[in-house]
Amino acid sequence: MKIAVCIKQVASTNGPLQLDVGAGWLREADTTFEINAADSHALEAGLAIRDRLGGEVLVVSLGPDRVTAVLRDALAKGADRAIHVVQDDAHKLDPARVAEALAEVLRDEGRDLILCGLQSDDVGHGQTGALLAECLGWPLVGIVAALEVETPQKVRARRELEAGWSQWVELPPPCVLTIQSGINKPRYAGMKGMLAAKKKPISRVEPQLAGGMRNQQVIEQIYFPHRHKQTRLIEGAPADAAAQLVALLNLRGMQ
Amino acid sequence: MSAMHGTLVIVERAVDGVSRHSLEVIAYAQALGDPVRVLFPGIPDQAAADLLRAMQVEALLTCAELELCDAYDDDVYVEAIVACIAALNPRHVLLPHSYTARDRAPRLAARLRVSLVSDCIAIEHDAQGYSYIRQLFQGRTLARVRVAGEGPVVVTLQAGIGRAESVARGGAAPVTACVIEPLARTARAVAEAPFRESARNVDLTRARILVAVGRGIKSAENIALARRLADLLGAELAASRAVCDEGWLPIERQVGSSGQTVAPALYIALGISGAVQHLVGMKGADTIVAINKDASAPIFDVADYGIVGDLFEVVPALIQALENP
Ligand SMILES: Cc1cc2nc3c(=O)[nH]c(=O)nc-3n(C[C@H](O)[C@H](O)[C@H](O)COP(=O)(O)OP(=O)(O)OC[C@H]3O[C@@H](n4cnc5c(N)ncnc54)[C@H](O)[C@@H]3O)c2cc1C
Repeated sequence: MKIAVCIKQVASTNGPLQLDVGAGWLREADTTFEINAADSHALEAGLAIRDRLGGEVLVVSLGPDRVTAVLRDALAKGADRAIHVVQDDAHKLDPARVAEALAEVLRDEGRDLILCGLQSDDVGHGQTGALLAECLGWPLVGIVAALEVETPQKVRARRELEAGWSQWVELPPPCVLTIQSGINKPRYAGMKGMLAAKKKPISRVEPQLAGGMRNQQVIEQIYFPHRHKQTRLIEGAPADAAAQLVALLNLRGMQ
Repeated sequence: MSAMHGTLVIVERAVDGVSRHSLEVIAYAQALGDPVRVLFPGIPDQAAADLLRAMQVEALLTCAELELCDAYDDDVYVEAIVACIAALNPRHVLLPHSYTARDRAPRLAARLRVSLVSDCIAIEHDAQGYSYIRQLFQGRTLARVRVAGEGPVVVTLQAGIGRAESVARGGAAPVTACVIEPLARTARAVAEAPFRESARNVDLTRARILVAVGRGIKSAENIALARRLADLLGAELAASRAVCDEGWLPIERQVGSSGQTVAPALYIALGISGAVQHLVGMKGADTIVAINKDASAPIFDVADYGIVGDLFEVVPALIQALENP
């Protein structure tokens, strides 16, 4: 099966954010980046299908030079080749522009299946996968929490619904799925994989935005949420803070 | 064609007629001030029609073409809605940011060749026109977004944006059918009936106290620490999705939009960041305590009491304080 996985590099969610409020974005120099969590599950899903049915996993990432790190890591985990769609300030692009650029790259790749994470942990539009399906004219299932691909001719995906409900959907390739976290356990790259990755190709392409569509959504300002609730912060050393909390809430009375 | 006009709310169907999240969106749309029209994707039954007509809205629109549409037939849904919107020419198209809308709204906007501003928490208006407020970095910051270009702006609104109970009523809206060209029914994706995963053994909604753990607990072994605290308080253990995804606790203990919605007397969140999908499941608790090492974690937005610190220091201290008064 010929699979493509779209992966995004985002600011690590572990640790405080380094923001430049004036510039309306991260202080990139002080930020650690990593693969978007849902995308790492999408990658694992793609690799697992390829391992079982054969074929190829192509990974694609749009962003500045630093995104080669996540592409290299995906190659080390077993992806066959990578395309880097070179784009500085990618966070300023509308999801529709990102999807168009990805579609342009993927249209002639003869893919059976394209996997994306369901949303990014930075801007969180949650639109790219759906728009990519639309650009390509392919069917889509979103928020996929389980996947059965026994043959390259048929995809069965369990889409998550609210409050613990789900639903199986069957669809013919080529199709796009957006993958939910927790669908699998992403593998780690071993030493052998890392060495092999050095020999695998990463091709660089400039984005081709079809029809010269302009960006329409602009972030005018970023700011910190106004807290609606007065949170009483309890200070002091752990033992102190714990004793205060126990007293304040009369926790002993609840035992 | 008539000039762009008003707000069109596209409601989502639920077993009992209209989803609650849709009603929240109607309440929010009413407060925006533009005239509101409501589009029901199909033919509402009597109860749903009465409910919607009684709201103070300009019109209730129905679409027979969508009545036959399978619950997850996005191809037909998207095409039919596009045809309706083209005829109605609204300034704003609002939908609940539901799981289903996540798939449909982007395709809707793409076919209309307009922008979708997704998962918004507010729509504001000033001298420069409308702006849309959305969360970045999982709620740790907000962004004000402006939209250029012609045509309506499609917006999906986060759950909790309005109060379903506060919808202005007392109306008697006319019902108008949107008549569109019949659509070819060539659904590519075939959906089976929705189901709920295995019966739940724990009913978190009955617990008076919940001790909830998040990814900050770091490993399956460390769950024992939270369990110790829960036992001392006579509490049930609950978890964020991150913890259930890792398999550290079973999914039946997940709180949030995909899990259970709880409202205990006391909710103690240990190492949970407070993503919106978690918050919608627990912000109705009477008292919320958050213990998190990151002072900017959004869980503190809903917490009554907070300790900014390492849970591996604070929780043992709590256990100590409870065991040895
Ligand atoms: C469609 C959809 C549905 C979803 N449904 C749900 C749902 O039902 N329920 C749900 O919970 N999530 C749900 N999510 C996921 C949600 O978006 C978050 O990813 C998830 O809630 C994060 O879990 P967390 O807070 O445990 O982990 P993280 O966001 O990783 O947060 C961990 C927190 O622990 C803190 N921490 C780390 N170490 C320590 C320490 N030693 N001491 C104190 N604090 C520490 C960190 O500061 C951080 O704030 C859903 C997402 C989507 C897209």
